[in-house]
Amino acid sequence: MTTRDVLLSIQDLHVWFELRRFGFGHAGYVKAVDGVTFDLHYGETIAIVGESGCGKTSLMKTILGINKPTRGKVIFDNKDISAFHAEDLRLYRSKIGYVQQDPFGALAPFMNIQRILEEPLIINGIKDPAERERRVRKVMEEVRLSPPDDFLHKYPHMLSGGQQQRVVIARAIILEPQLVVADEPVSMLDASVRVEILKLLRGLQEKYKLAVIYITHDLSTVRYFSERVFVMYAGNVVEKAPVNSIVHNPKHPYTQALMDATSDPDADNALKYRELPAGEPPSLVNPPSGCRFHPRCPQRIENLCDVEEPQDLQADDHLVACWLYK
Amino acid sequence: MPTENLLSIKDLVLHFNTQKGPVQAVDGVFFDLGYKEAVVVLGESGCGKSSLAKALLRLLPRNVSKYGGQVYLEGNEIMGMDEEQFRQNIRWVRMSLVPQAAMNSLNPVLKVGDQVAEPMIVHHGVKKEEAYNQAAKMFQHVGVPVDFLDRYAFELSGGMRQRVAIAMALVTAPALVILDEPTSALDVLTQANIFNVLKRLKKELEVSFVLITHDIATSSELADRVAVMYAGQIVEVSDAHRFFSEPLHPYSRMLMASVPRLRANVEPEFITGQPPSLLNPPKGCRFASRCPKRFAKCTEEPPVANVDGIQVKCWLYTS
Amino acid sequence: MKSIRSFFSELTHYPSAFVGLVMIILLFTFSIYTVFALPYNDAISLWRGDENVWYKTPKTAQPAWVNWFLKDDLPETFSFSSADGDGVKTEEYSNETNKIFISFPFEYNSKDFPQEVSIYFTSEFVQKEPFVSVKVITPDGREIKVGSFTVGRTHTYRFSQDQKLQRRLQGNTPEKGIFMLLPSDTEQLTAVPGQYELQIEAVAFEENSTVDAELIIFGKVYGWAGTDHRRRDIGIALMWGAPIALTFGLLTALGTTVTTMIIAAFGTWYGGWVDEVIQRITEVNLVLPFLSILIMVGTFYSKSLWVMLLCVIALSIFGGAIKGFRAVFLQIKEAPYVEAARAYGASNMRIIMQYLVPRIIPLLIPQLVILIPSNVFLEASLTLVGLGDPVLPTWGKLIYDGVRNGALVQGQYYWVLEPAFILLITGLSFAMVGFSMDRIFNPRLRGV
Repeated sequence: MTTRDVLLSIQDLHVWFELRRFGFGHAGYVKAVDGVTFDLHYGETIAIVGESGCGKTSLMKTILGINKPTRGKVIFDNKDISAFHAEDLRLYRSKIGYVQQDPFGALAPFMNIQRILEEPLIINGIKDPAERERRVRKVMEEVRLSPPDDFLHKYPHMLSGGQQQRVVIARAIILEPQLVVADEPVSMLDASVRVEILKLLRGLQEKYKLAVIYITHDLSTVRYFSERVFVMYAGNVVEKAPVNSIVHNPKHPYTQALMDATSDPDADNALKYRELPAGEPPSLVNPPSGCRFHPRCPQRIENLCDVEEPQDLQADDHLVACWLYK
Repeated sequence: MPTENLLSIKDLVLHFNTQKGPVQAVDGVFFDLGYKEAVVVLGESGCGKSSLAKALLRLLPRNVSKYGGQVYLEGNEIMGMDEEQFRQNIRWVRMSLVPQAAMNSLNPVLKVGDQVAEPMIVHHGVKKEEAYNQAAKMFQHVGVPVDFLDRYAFELSGGMRQRVAIAMALVTAPALVILDEPTSALDVLTQANIFNVLKRLKKELEVSFVLITHDIATSSELADRVAVMYAGQIVEVSDAHRFFSEPLHPYSRMLMASVPRLRANVEPEFITGQPPSLLNPPKGCRFASRCPKRFAKCTEEPPVANVDGIQVKCWLYTS
Repeated sequence: MKSIRSFFSELTHYPSAFVGLVMIILLFTFSIYTVFALPYNDAISLWRGDENVWYKTPKTAQPAWVNWFLKDDLPETFSFSSADGDGVKTEEYSNETNKIFISFPFEYNSKDFPQEVSIYFTSEFVQKEPFVSVKVITPDGREIKVGSFTVGRTHTYRFSQDQKLQRRLQGNTPEKGIFMLLPSDTEQLTAVPGQYELQIEAVAFEENSTVDAELIIFGKVYGWAGTDHRRRDIGIALMWGAPIALTFGLLTALGTTVTTMIIAAFGTWYGGWVDEVIQRITEVNLVLPFLSILIMVGTFYSKSLWVMLLCVIALSIFGGAIKGFRAVFLQIKEAPYVEAARAYGASNMRIIMQYLVPRIIPLLIPQLVILIPSNVFLEASLTLVGLGDPVLPTWGKLIYDGVRNGALVQGQYYWVLEPAFILLITGLSFAMVGFSMDRIFNPRLRGV
């Protein structure tokens, strides 16, 4: 692929939050994102998989322009977003849709659906109310909240979880963005609704050739949605691979552990214990030296993994940050 | 009453009064559970499964309008007990609860050891020291280092706190522990870890579990039996092996089909429509409006059919 | 709109709120009625008026309705004016003298004596003052000579101040002596009810000279509210107290809560030094002696109600409430919908005013409603410590005057209790609505 195809380029991104003692006095950094690099192409869907506290949310907020990078760059459409001023930033944000985890919390409880969906249009300078209403109705049809008249004047608490999440998706795409960031969009929903929302997102992605960053902790939904999967652990991306090969052949020991821990509904599950890495993810203030997974890794190589930080190594079509693939 | 079952629930009903009318949160729930077994109560949000936990433990809010049915625990009918009897002999003595989001409900200003020992002191009247020893034993069972007894909840990770909550439910050696969504807010690895703990407890201790959850995939980690709840009612009670391979009730089937799978390449399907309101549930089968197999009979209340030991509340299985 | 309707339907579940609301509506209606029925300027000139305005009312008279509770009614005040055609007036001109005869027959039907009896004369003449003689004919036929004197253009004759008359009445004060049987041996002195007549014979010495008289028999009850030590009708202050108290209460409550909330919103949203500055100002302000500052302003600058209002607002903006609002805003600030608003490009201003503030309004309204009566009380308390507006008739002023003039010592309880009661009603009605609103808007507070 040529560089022209790249929509979003993350280059050696570090997002650190300063810790202060008693409100002042430096007490170290929380290294939420610590050296992440990847490219996202037009119309591509990627999944970022990781546990809570692995930095995926900080990464996402940096892409949304809410967090400022400590080091490294976020390049969107060949422009560095850290150089943006207020007006540029607003324009940039209008090109990114954001789907949140908790649909009820993501909707202002005191606004009705029409107002919620109009807000991004108002903010982005669409002054004509008729035009706004036309676009609101159109986007509601897109997310299958139809007929729109049934919903326009309702308040979020009157809708079911699935309907609320449709409103959130509608709001994310109403400005016709090029990129949608979906942060655990289905984890708070019931099983029967979950698939419906994922399919809706996929349908919209295909129809509008959206680039999508799908952030999740749940590997089992990844394959229905994304082309490539990035696995994050303790602020680093440890494995990047196409979705099918990661599901069938995970390379990084952490990815393997995640796969092993994920259940499919099967009565035999109850008969066996799962093999799991011991311990818990490290503190992001003082991450372990070398490979950050090495204290929990069953396959660690002494005097290598605990000393030297692994580089991204090519293994089949995977990029793995693991010394096993040297 | 036969005593081969630890728990036997018949026609349990719990309705609440609200300003909009009575909510039939639990409306005719039944299932049996053997010793050292685990039953999974599967249901989507708002189906009344958390109210079921409350009904079993009699942790009732004030606006209860109807509460009845029969619950046999170790052969004794417990619904007829008065409040004091129930408190002294059942709650946290024979039957305890790991509440929803238990890891966030620990008291932040008490050491976790004290909290785990507390039920022993209250219910068995033992000395503090003895209660502490019992708590330490439970910590070992659930895989929390014993020196964590002296820590505060905020010093523990989510997974550890959840284990502490489980230890608290187990400390009085009850015969039955109700787990209400024990892993829903936890990460994948932590979740799997907790299930390993629960499996081990079931094997090592004389304890049965009622696991209330909406997560079908992880529920299979613990299930011996499965009870599916829909709109306040049980629609299917089945053996885990048969349920996870071949559910009978149309709702169970569709629910199973909606689960995304990591290892099998099947496209999940969703269920159209929404569950009915518990304020005014429809007459007849409550799933009928969303059911692809509905027919004329479905407007009448379906009976519970027994299909080779599987109980299904559906007209399709009445011969 | 819909939410307002649902709020009112919800309110009907709380009888106390309903009662409170009715009471508030009545208070407001009463205030509006007052403003129209007794315009501000009239009320002020009445309230500021001296004995020339209030010459017709008794001093510290109880309200008329106390008679409902008494076996023997207290006398009411009544007056007759010959100029207005009351009584009988005849004139007879001869020999350059004008003989004028005025008769006021009246029915006196109380067993208690009047507080005071006065005659106000007015006359017209060029050089020579007319001469009058006054007598009273009692129901039992006695004829009591009251006095004879010349009258100027205006002349006030007070029965009680006539020593000669008192001597003539065997040492009894005139307002008693005239109305009782003489001589009296009974210990319990009672007035004799019946038909009395006051006769005035006047001689004027010029052709067009004439005399008019106004007889006032001051009773011991007056109006629906009674009078104070300056003969003023307390009703005026009770009536005007309502709009003043409501305005003061509403303006201070609105002024403080709304500005406080907006300041807190800005501080929390921007954080950093903005928040620090606001917090420090608040902390300094919290230890400032509120009352002392008000007393200083009142002593050295102005006691005007509106100056006090501004001071109260100024001192309360950075009050403890800012900390409460800040705590709530800190939570709201983290809400996903605010994050979403940032993500689709909402400006800081828009987020504060359209996303943070509306969320807190359900908390704010009950607080505001509960704050209104406390500010009404504050106004009354300020008056009690001598910071009352010198011009305006307010409830606090009534209590202050009453207490200052020994109302409670002399048994003039109505003077203090009436304004106290109406203050209580005001506080109660707002509190009943406010606390219920709190429960409606914040369902977590509902009974468990």
